[in-house]
Amino acid sequence: MIPVHALLQVVDRQAPITGYTTYIVFSIIKLIIVFTIYMLSAALLTLAERKISAWIQGRHGPNRVGGRGGWLQPAADGVKNFMKEETEPGNASHPLFSIAPALSFVPAMLVWCVIPFGSPLPTPWGRVDLVVADLPVGFLFILAIASLGVYGIVLAGWASNNKYSFLGGLRSSAQMVSYEVALGMSTIPIILLAGNVTMSEIIRQQSHSMWNVLNLTTAFVVFFVAALAENNRVPFDLPEAESELIAGYHTEYSAMKFSLFFIAEYANMVTAGALMATLFLGGWDIPFTGWDNAAPYTVLKTILTLGCFLTKTGFFVFVFIWIRWTLPRFRYDQLMSLGWRVMLPVALGYIAVLATTLLVLQAIGIHPGPVHSFILLMENICILLLLFVMVDEGRIVSPAYGRAQQARIVRLRARSASRAVTEGAGK
Amino acid sequence: MAITVKRVSRHVEQTSYVKATLQGMASTLKQMFEPKVTIQYPEQRWELSPRWRGTHRMLTKEDGKARCVACGLCPSVCPSNCIKLVPGEDENGNRYPLVFEIDEFRCIFCGYCQEVCPEDAIHVGQHYENSEYSREGHVYDLERLMAQTHPVSTLWDATDPRGE
Repeated sequence: MIPVHALLQVVDRQAPITGYTTYIVFSIIKLIIVFTIYMLSAALLTLAERKISAWIQGRHGPNRVGGRGGWLQPAADGVKNFMKEETEPGNASHPLFSIAPALSFVPAMLVWCVIPFGSPLPTPWGRVDLVVADLPVGFLFILAIASLGVYGIVLAGWASNNKYSFLGGLRSSAQMVSYEVALGMSTIPIILLAGNVTMSEIIRQQSHSMWNVLNLTTAFVVFFVAALAENNRVPFDLPEAESELIAGYHTEYSAMKFSLFFIAEYANMVTAGALMATLFLGGWDIPFTGWDNAAPYTVLKTILTLGCFLTKTGFFVFVFIWIRWTLPRFRYDQLMSLGWRVMLPVALGYIAVLATTLLVLQAIGIHPGPVHSFILLMENICILLLLFVMVDEGRIVSPAYGRAQQARIVRLRARSASRAVTEGAGK
Repeated sequence: MAITVKRVSRHVEQTSYVKATLQGMASTLKQMFEPKVTIQYPEQRWELSPRWRGTHRMLTKEDGKARCVACGLCPSVCPSNCIKLVPGEDENGNRYPLVFEIDEFRCIFCGYCQEVCPEDAIHVGQHYENSEYSREGHVYDLERLMAQTHPVSTLWDATDPRGE
């Protein structure tokens, strides 16, 4: 039975919630709301992906179920997947085969509970922070949980007893482990700048100075690419690789189990988009104004900041889809060389550069503010220009051929010339 | 040992992955707002060329009988051997087809039958929706050929017969 007394007490709307019961009740409400919105957006994203891919290719996309927009297509797909027969390959490891789809899906959802999605909401029972759990170690929690995502894919590949699935699983384990290093390293600058690992503190720091996308552009670029790789999105979709591995790790999955992998991919996309919005685009902060994160919280502010957060997340999700229908897949050696020889050194080097800059700025007395941010932005522009213009000459992503040594080319030419002469003499 | 291929030294602009990526992204974004090329089939249809060679049609005389005189030219010229013709003769000595069947499933729609016909009787038509549930359904007999109403193919442009 719900203790009604605790809920009926009128307290200061701006003060944080104090009662234990109230806290639990609000946590459950937030959980349900976030879960519903999350699942709904994952479903709608399957439609968005098909629509955007169609537009890019000059087609209309789904427009038969649910009006011209095809709005009911996700529901139709869901019904179809429930009706379908579920098959399981012979000699598959049944427990692992069944648990793998869930394992790939759950981590994506878990990450969401530490992402703040709006300014605090005043209620008659006190101020409710719009985050499911504002963990003091929020950031480390994300890194820890995101690493678990690889298990679902690897286990799916291994348990299927299929060589293509197995190859997909192998690739994904190599890829995700490699890019996780770069992902983790690219987030260190954020912690250096914010001096805290709590998500709400990171947002506060950004709303008081400048968004991290300008402060830490290099880290943002590395994080973005690593997030693409972590999500197995094109151009890093080697674990799936339709053209080589049929469907990679989920080749043997059918019906709702396959659908779970599908949902997990979109759930991961939403999570990655929300993470980037929070870490680099100021979370729910409305740009160019300070009133939205000042003390008297109102319902209007909550709605506006929530809309702002969803817009930022949606933007990143759109960019993910847009990239998918533009770029071709990397070759395996390109993937590895990009991960270990470009991303990791860049991320590590940037940590060193940023730490030095912050120390120097502190020493000469420039404190966080417009000048501070401007200097960091200039530094980032220099680094990126250096990286993309000077260094990137078939080096960031290696071309299809290796570098031939000049001496070897001369030798080969001489040999082919002499061969031509002897053949001519033979006739 | 792996084969080493000569590496052409190209300018940075040609080898930069980042630049190529951004160009590609711009191209796809632009494409998103271009008009769509899909034709929504059951509602919209292609406007067929007047030279389209599709489902056959047998033209009729004023008295409603087929124009065919069962001369046998079309089964002779047919490269896929899909026309079956059994000629008959009435009391006035006029030849007419007792059996005239075209297997649309075998037909390659070359239009030779229309070209060779001296009586302007058999035609290929501007029509393509002739799917059936069985192979037998594709065999059109004389009544069915005469019942078709779609426009017939012109095979060539009368104002420009040599395609100039």
